[in-house]
Amino acid sequence: MERKIRVLVAKPGLDGHDRGAKVVASALRDAGMEVIYTGLHQTPEVIVEAAVQEDVDVIGLSILSGAHMALFPRILELLRERGADDKLVVAGGIIPKDDIEELKRMGISEIFGPGTPTSQIVDYIKREVEARRA
Amino acid sequence: MGIDLKELLERFGRGDRSALSRVITLVENRSSLAPEILDALYTKTGRAYRIGITGPPGAGKSTLVSGLVQVLRSKNKLVGVIAVDPTSPFTGGALLGDRIRMQEIGLNEGVFVRSMATRGSLGGLAEAATDVADIMDAFGKDFVVTETVGVGQCELDVAEACYTTVVVIVPESGDSIQAMKAGLMEIADIIVINKSDREGADNIARQTRAMLELRGERNGWMPPVIPTIASQSKGLDDLYEMIDKHRQFLEASGLLAKHRRTNIERTIRALVESEIYRTIWNESTMHHLEKLVDEVMAGRISPRRASRQLLERLQEDGE
Amino acid sequence: MGGLFDKERFEELRKKNAEWESKFREACLPFEVTNRSGRAIKPLYTPLDVADLDYERDLGFPGEFPFTRGIYTTMHRGRLWTMRQFSGYGTARDSNRRYHFLLDRGQTGLSVAFDMPTIMGYDSDHPRAHGEVGMCGVAIDSLKDMEILFEGIPLDKVSTSMTINAPAAILLAFYICVGEKQGVPSEMLRGTIQNDILKEYIAQKSWIFPPEPSMRIITDILAFCADHVPKWNTISISGYHIREAGSTAAQELAFTLADGFAYVEAGIASGLDVDRFAPRLSFFFNAHLDFFEEIAKYRAARRIWARKMKTKYGAKRKESLLMRFHTQTAGCTLTAQQPENNIVRTAYEAMAAALGGTQSLHTNSMDETLALPSEKAVQIALRTQQILAFETGVTQTIDPLAGSYYVEYLTNRLEEEAEAYFKKIDDLGGVIKAIEAGFFQKEISDAAYRYQREIEKKDKIVVGVNEFVIEDEKLEIEILKIDPRVEKEQTRALKRLREERDNDAVRRALEDLKRAAAGNDNLMPKILTCSRTYCTLGEMIGVLKEVFGEYKEPIIY
Repeated sequence: MERKIRVLVAKPGLDGHDRGAKVVASALRDAGMEVIYTGLHQTPEVIVEAAVQEDVDVIGLSILSGAHMALFPRILELLRERGADDKLVVAGGIIPKDDIEELKRMGISEIFGPGTPTSQIVDYIKREVEARRA
Repeated sequence: MGIDLKELLERFGRGDRSALSRVITLVENRSSLAPEILDALYTKTGRAYRIGITGPPGAGKSTLVSGLVQVLRSKNKLVGVIAVDPTSPFTGGALLGDRIRMQEIGLNEGVFVRSMATRGSLGGLAEAATDVADIMDAFGKDFVVTETVGVGQCELDVAEACYTTVVVIVPESGDSIQAMKAGLMEIADIIVINKSDREGADNIARQTRAMLELRGERNGWMPPVIPTIASQSKGLDDLYEMIDKHRQFLEASGLLAKHRRTNIERTIRALVESEIYRTIWNESTMHHLEKLVDEVMAGRISPRRASRQLLERLQEDGE
Repeated sequence: MGGLFDKERFEELRKKNAEWESKFREACLPFEVTNRSGRAIKPLYTPLDVADLDYERDLGFPGEFPFTRGIYTTMHRGRLWTMRQFSGYGTARDSNRRYHFLLDRGQTGLSVAFDMPTIMGYDSDHPRAHGEVGMCGVAIDSLKDMEILFEGIPLDKVSTSMTINAPAAILLAFYICVGEKQGVPSEMLRGTIQNDILKEYIAQKSWIFPPEPSMRIITDILAFCADHVPKWNTISISGYHIREAGSTAAQELAFTLADGFAYVEAGIASGLDVDRFAPRLSFFFNAHLDFFEEIAKYRAARRIWARKMKTKYGAKRKESLLMRFHTQTAGCTLTAQQPENNIVRTAYEAMAAALGGTQSLHTNSMDETLALPSEKAVQIALRTQQILAFETGVTQTIDPLAGSYYVEYLTNRLEEEAEAYFKKIDDLGGVIKAIEAGFFQKEISDAAYRYQREIEKKDKIVVGVNEFVIEDEKLEIEILKIDPRVEKEQTRALKRLREERDNDAVRRALEDLKRAAAGNDNLMPKILTCSRTYCTLGEMIGVLKEVFGEYKEPIIY
C-alpha cells in the first residue's frame, strides 16, 4: 500500500494571516497528502508535541509577524530534544534574505517566499520525503 | 527504512510517546511489521474503556471531546483520542482539523491525540481505528475516545465498535430527524444536545426523547438525552457521569463482555476474510477469471456458471 | 420618469447589439472572460445592461441621497482626501521619530501600526510576546509608551487613526490620557480606532474575547464616545482585511456592510438611538487592481449603506446615512519579485480609490512583501498620492465615471450580489452565527484557493511572478530590520514602570474594572482610571479575560 505523506501545517506566532497556510494546506490535500492543520497562534511547544503525536513526515510553518528568528530556532531545538529532528521542516512567509540563510543553516530545509507556486511546494515535499524514506 | 522493532517496542513499553506515535503509523500504513506489532501488544490490551463520539458536521464534537478529556484528566485518567476525518475521494488527500478545537489538551502529558483519515478503505477504517485504539490501550491509556463524523456506514461502524457511543446533535431545524435518518439514533447509548443555549434546544431534546421512547429500550438501556455547552465547559461532568453509569450497566449486565466478544469475533472474521480474499485472487485465478469473462461475454455461459467453475477449480487447487 | 434612456428605441438597439455580438464572435474569441474576482465580463456594455437605471433614484447628486456619487456636495474640490500612511515599528521612541518625518513631508494624518503583542493584548514581557515585540508595529504597554509616541505632536492639530481591535478601548483610553496631559480635552480629539472585531473573526484573526463580550465592549465605546469624544470615529468597519484574506470584491462589499449593520443592530439593542452613534461609524476598504470593479464597489457601498440606514434602521440624521471611508491599496497584489513594479500597481489602485470618492488613503510601499518599509519606499508611496492629487486632475470632477454603462452595470450587480449575501447571512442566523459556522471563513478561503490555482495555471497573469520573470533576480532595495534590542528595552522599561507606579492604586483600579466587566457598567471610565494609574495593557486584558473568556477559532473545511 502506498504510504501517505503526512504534513503538519502550523502557524506559530501571534499574527493571524492564515491565507497562505490555508492555501498551501488545500494544495497539499489536493496532491493526496494528509494535512493536519493546528490553527492559529501556536506556541513552539504545542507545534512540536502535535508533530510527534501525529508522526508527520513534514512540518510546514507559516509566519508573517517577523518573529521567525525567535520561534523557528526554538521549534528546531524542541524537535531535537524529542528525537524528532528527522522530520522535514519547511517554512513560508515574509522572511528577509539574511534570515533565510541563517535559518537554513539551523535546519529548516526550505523557505518559500511570497509568490511561490503551490505546485513547487508540493513537488519539493514529495521529492524530499521520498529521498528520506528510501 | 530499517526499523529496530525490538527497540521500538521497548521504548513503547517505557511510555515513550514518539514510540507510540511510530507504532500507530506502522499499523495504520499496514506495514509488513504490523501483524507482529499487534500480536506483541495484544496481551496488554483490554483495560481501556472505549468511548465513541459521533454526530453531524458542525455539532461541536471536537470541542466536546476536548472538554470530556479535561474531565477525565481531572480524575487522573490517562486518555487517548482518535480524531477521524474523511479522505477526499477525488484526491486521496485529507485535511484533518480537529486539533484546532483541542488546544487545551495539546500539551497535557496524560493525553495523546492522533488524527486519522478514512483513507476510503471499505470497512478497513473500523479495523484500522480499532487497531489504533488497541495500541493506545496497550500503551496504558485508561480511556480511548474516538471521534468520527456521523455520515457514512464506515464511520458508524467505528463508533459502534466502542463500548459507549455518544451521538452529538445541535438545536438546528431538523437535526434530530437527520440524525435518525442517518442511523445515528440506532447506535446511540447517550445523546448529547450540544450548544444547548441556542434557541430550540428544549424542543429538540423533547423531540429526541419522544423518538427514543418510540423505539424503546435497547438491551435494557434507555439512552438519556444530555444538554451541554461544550464551548463553555457546561454539562461535561453530567456527560462523564452518564458514560460511567452506562459502563456500570454494561459491566453488571454482562453486556460489556458480550460486546468485547462481538468485537473480537468481528476482528477475527475480518482478518480471515481479508486473508482469504488475498489468497483467492492470486495471479492464476485472475487469469482464469479473465477467460471466464470472455466466455460469458461471448454468450456461451452464464456468470453463475462461471463462478461455479472458478470455485471448483479453487477447491481442486486446495486439495 | 427619471430613467436615463429612451426605452422606445431599445428594440432597435437590441437588434444592433446582437449583430455586433455575432461579429465579435466571428473572431473566435471568448465572449466572456473572468476578472480577478471571478466575475464574468463581456467585451461591451450598452444601455441595455443598465436599462432600469433611474438617475434620481439610483445616483442622485453628490451630497444627496443615495450618495452614489459621493457623500459631500463639493467632494475633492472642497477637501482633498487625507493622506494617511500607516506606520509604526520598534519602540514608541522609534515610531515618534517616523511620525515627525512623515508630518514634515506633508502627510496630513497619523496612522498607528501596533505590534502583535499589543494587538493580542500581551505585554512586551509576556512569554507569548517573545520575538514579536516592535516587529510589525510599535510596542505599547502602558500610557507611558503612549506619551512618548505622541511627544511633540499636538493632539488638537492632527487626526490619528489607530489600527487596533480587541484592545481598542484601552488604546483609546491611553490617547485620551495623553490629550489630558497636553491640555487637550477629549471633546477635541479627532481620529479613529479600528475597533472592528467582527472582521477579526472573519478574516484578520486577531481576536481575544468571544463575540458577545466583544460586542459589549464596542457598544460601551459607542455610548462613551457619543458623550465625551464626539469627533472620534468609533469603529472603522473594515473590508480591507477580508479582501486581503482572499475574498472577491463582492464578498468584501457584502461582508463589510453586513458587519456594519450588525454593529448598528448591537448599538440599537443596547439602548442607543441610531442617530447618536451612526454618524461616527466609518469604513475602510481595499483598493485592488481591477480598476472599474473597485470604483463600482465604492459607489455601491455608499448606496447600500444610505438605503439600509434610512429604510431598515430608521436613521433620521443625514450624517447617519453617509458612508465615510478610508482606503488602502491592496497589500496582497504586491509581489516580492521585482518589487519596484509595486509602485505602478499601487498607483493604479490609488487612482481607483480617488475616483471612487475616498475620504482618506494609504498607499503601500513597494517593499512591504519583504519587510517593513524603508524611509525611501514610504516617501515614494506618499509621493504617489501627491502626484495623483495634484498632477492628474482626478480631483477636478466628481464621480467622473458615472453614466459609464460598464461602471453602472457593475455598481448594480455588486449591490445585487451583496443583497444575496445579506439574505444568506440572515438565513444562518446573523453575522455572529455565520462566523461560528465558519461561513465567511470558508467563502474567503475558497476564493483565495481558486485564485491561487488560476495563477498556477496561468489563467491569470501576475507580472514578474508567473510571466515576465527575471531569473536569479538580485534584490537591490534597502530593508528595514528591527533591532532585537527593542524587546530588551521594552521589557526593562516595563520592569521599571511596575516598580515605580502606585501598585495599590493599580490593584484597586483593576479590581474595579473586573467588577464592571462582570456587571453592566460602561467599561470606558474604568479603563481610563486604570490607564491613569499606569496599569499595563496586558494587566487590563488579563482581568477582562478572567471574566469574558477567550475566543477559539472554529474548524472549517
